[in-house]
Amino acid sequence: MTADGRNPAAVLEMRGITKRYPGVVANDDIDLTVRSGEIHALLGENGAGKSTLMNILYGLAAPDAGEILLDGTPVDIDGPNDAIRRGISMVHQHFMLVPSLSVAENILLGDEPMANLVLLDRRAAARRIRELGASFGWEVNPDSAVGSLSVGWQQRIEILKALYRKARVLVLDEPTASLTPQETREIFDVLRRLRSEGYAIIFISHKLYEVLEVADRITVIRRGRVVGSRRPSETDEDDLAELMVGREVQLTVDRGESHPGEPMLTVTGLHVQDDRGRGVVHDVSLEVRVGEIFGIAGVAGNGQDELVEALLGLRSVSSGKVNLGGRAVTGASPRRLHQLGVGFVPADRHRYGIVLSFPLTDNLCLNDYYHAPFARGMVRDDDAIRSYADTLITQYDVRTHSSAAFAGTLSGGNQQKVVVAREFDGELRLLVLDQPTRGLDVGSIEFIHRQVIAKRDSGVAILLVSAELDEVLELSDRIGVMFRGRIVQVLDARKTNREEVGLLMATGGRATEAAS
Amino acid sequence: MSEGPLTTETLQREHPPQASVPERRRRLPPLRRALRILLLPAGAIFLALLVGAAIMIASSPLVRGSVNPMLPLTAYGALVAGSVGSFNAIVSTLVQATPLVLAGLAVGVGFKAGLFNIGAQGQFLMGGLAAAAMGIATAGLPPIAAIPISVAAGMVAGMAYGFVPGFLKAYTGAHEVVTTIMLNYVAIQVVAYVASGPLRGETATFARTETITTATLPVIAGREGHIGILFAAIAVPVIAWLLFRSTLGFEIRTVGANPDAARYAGMRPRVLIMLTMSVAGLLAGLAGATEILGQVGHMPAAYATAVGFDAIAVALLGRAHPVGILFAGLLFGAMRAGAGLMQIQAGIPVQMVNVLQAVILFFLAAELIVRYVFRVRGAGVEVAEMQTITRSYGEQAAK
Repeated sequence: MTADGRNPAAVLEMRGITKRYPGVVANDDIDLTVRSGEIHALLGENGAGKSTLMNILYGLAAPDAGEILLDGTPVDIDGPNDAIRRGISMVHQHFMLVPSLSVAENILLGDEPMANLVLLDRRAAARRIRELGASFGWEVNPDSAVGSLSVGWQQRIEILKALYRKARVLVLDEPTASLTPQETREIFDVLRRLRSEGYAIIFISHKLYEVLEVADRITVIRRGRVVGSRRPSETDEDDLAELMVGREVQLTVDRGESHPGEPMLTVTGLHVQDDRGRGVVHDVSLEVRVGEIFGIAGVAGNGQDELVEALLGLRSVSSGKVNLGGRAVTGASPRRLHQLGVGFVPADRHRYGIVLSFPLTDNLCLNDYYHAPFARGMVRDDDAIRSYADTLITQYDVRTHSSAAFAGTLSGGNQQKVVVAREFDGELRLLVLDQPTRGLDVGSIEFIHRQVIAKRDSGVAILLVSAELDEVLELSDRIGVMFRGRIVQVLDARKTNREEVGLLMATGGRATEAAS
Repeated sequence: MSEGPLTTETLQREHPPQASVPERRRRLPPLRRALRILLLPAGAIFLALLVGAAIMIASSPLVRGSVNPMLPLTAYGALVAGSVGSFNAIVSTLVQATPLVLAGLAVGVGFKAGLFNIGAQGQFLMGGLAAAAMGIATAGLPPIAAIPISVAAGMVAGMAYGFVPGFLKAYTGAHEVVTTIMLNYVAIQVVAYVASGPLRGETATFARTETITTATLPVIAGREGHIGILFAAIAVPVIAWLLFRSTLGFEIRTVGANPDAARYAGMRPRVLIMLTMSVAGLLAGLAGATEILGQVGHMPAAYATAVGFDAIAVALLGRAHPVGILFAGLLFGAMRAGAGLMQIQAGIPVQMVNVLQAVILFFLAAELIVRYVFRVRGAGVEVAEMQTITRSYGEQAAK
């Protein structure tokens, strides 16, 4: 399946790209051909080598072997500026936008049109941005601050930025990671439109159904090698997942029967404020029973984060009550809650979950560092810490060369496994999972989902917060839809569907109208 | 997939660990690791010596009337001879290094907690002043009582002076860089007032306190090797133990590396910030007490010292690690000890030492230059170490 180098429509060709890092071959003889008017999906688990390949394309890393051809001519890409000049643009997963600057300023950043030596030609820039937006049917206001825009709009701005720089090859790194189903559909329309206008698009994802829906060709990378290339018509999700992971994968976890018991977590009339003192959680009442998964679905930013932080003692409660197994724990400290058997997998693992500059040993005993066997009095017991870490690393299949490795050197999936290992271990009563699989690959997702089900079956009450609709639908027993800080409806997960939940997430349904 | 209950064990059977990916990467052997960590500071020092040599050669026509390309060799030779060339030279190096190591630890401990303690100077001065005051007050007591009381007074005063910015940071969010700089000025004025007012010595010819008598630190080696050297020698392993072996040190380092994770782990960032600043103040205060009781013998109203600022350079060169700080302190101490001989033998003013120190700091800050010259790649360890240090510049107050 090596592409024919003389194919006239091939805009970009990467041939035999090899990149070695100490001890790891990140890219091993990778071939990738992207044609004009094609959406080419790059599929692979975290750490498979997608990012390395794209970094090489973007001039951020030099390949040890192989060559890059643009329009059939070998090129040597010397840094991102050079890549942009040659028409390669990247839309990163984490937007590279300056929130306090306006749309126009963000788009111009790095390539400012000058009216003269000193002054920007703002008017010309604004006009071009409006025109560019209008060609997609978007009404872009060049003067609005990027920080005030929704995630979906920020993404459009990123795409406009690429187009403004006259990109021909557009790389989108997991563009749908933080979008609602509706926004995802819209971004796909944009991609299809770009395709029809002759752009070459590289679409990086590990959401299989998205790739199947939008791509013209799918290249799968595993452990630094291309393991297959498919057209969507020739393949399906199971086939792709198997290619990606290298073994058969259960894509939808069989949640099985659950046997809910007594209520474990009872929240009544909870009100919480954000950092600026605005009420963001209003009168939330919910109940999570033993052996049950209660899902909270909602578009990001509808109060879920604050609700979770309040439940874990990381944010103060304005009013309302929280009960854990009949014990009042409103406003209890994180340590107290941990002692009572509350585990927490945070949405942003780099914030609450992990200390990147610490070795795995320290990360794995982060909550329990202060007591036996990890410490006697004030003295830490390194041997106990290490052997505990080694046990968890094997048990939870964390891929690392040693428990002394710094957490920051691990892939995202493995970092998440470290958090899961620490929080799932020990006597548990309640697990709070906030987007536990965000940004993870199918293999890791499967593993974590099965662990969650296993915990449920062992009698743990689980509160699952996720913007990933499928995840909530697949795992939960009941789903509370959160909209503007309220739980607008609680649904039986086995009797509802994507559309119903999606609509409630987007509009809040009738319940809000009645409440407001 | 297997039947029956799902447990971690069954999951593990179904997901056998794939140790081959990524290929097993061995941790570097300790010696190679040490060399790797040392490369950057050593490179910075080497480049600084070259820059120093260039300055000496370039300025030689102004001083001697002709270009003297051999001057740097003479100068550096004298610097080495004056710092390690004899028993007394070595003792002198140790004496010079003592306050630098202690105050360097004060800055380094702060770095570990994500705090940039620029106030070591003020804490040093307050420690010195308190030690001098107690030293004078205990003049009637025998040394066995007077010395511990005076040293302890210096430590407590420094600690209190470190606690203040810690408290302000923890409860009002006032950035420690700003508050400690301001408190440095306050300390200078307090010293000036006390030593020229209430505690001014009757017999002194210029504004200073009485001469310290029984509280003077005894000399244990050579001409000037006072017992304060031991304080520094003890402080290094104690602080290393505190940071790396104790739960408290783990808390301090966690707060420095990730305050949110620390909060979730049940640590109390506010308490830890106040505690760390107090420990830092205690160390700087001890440095001040040692210097006043062991070297100066009184507290001058206009005490011309920069130990507290040099300590920042020491902590940076030592990468905020106690052992690194020990070596950095010894190096700077050696340069100070040898500067006199350098001036005599090569005619290079002692201030050249400050130039060298500044250039070392410059190269450390602009480490890209050093990396480029010596082709050093960034090592994970250093990145991790420096992350904590650089956090302190921009990080806002912990909740």
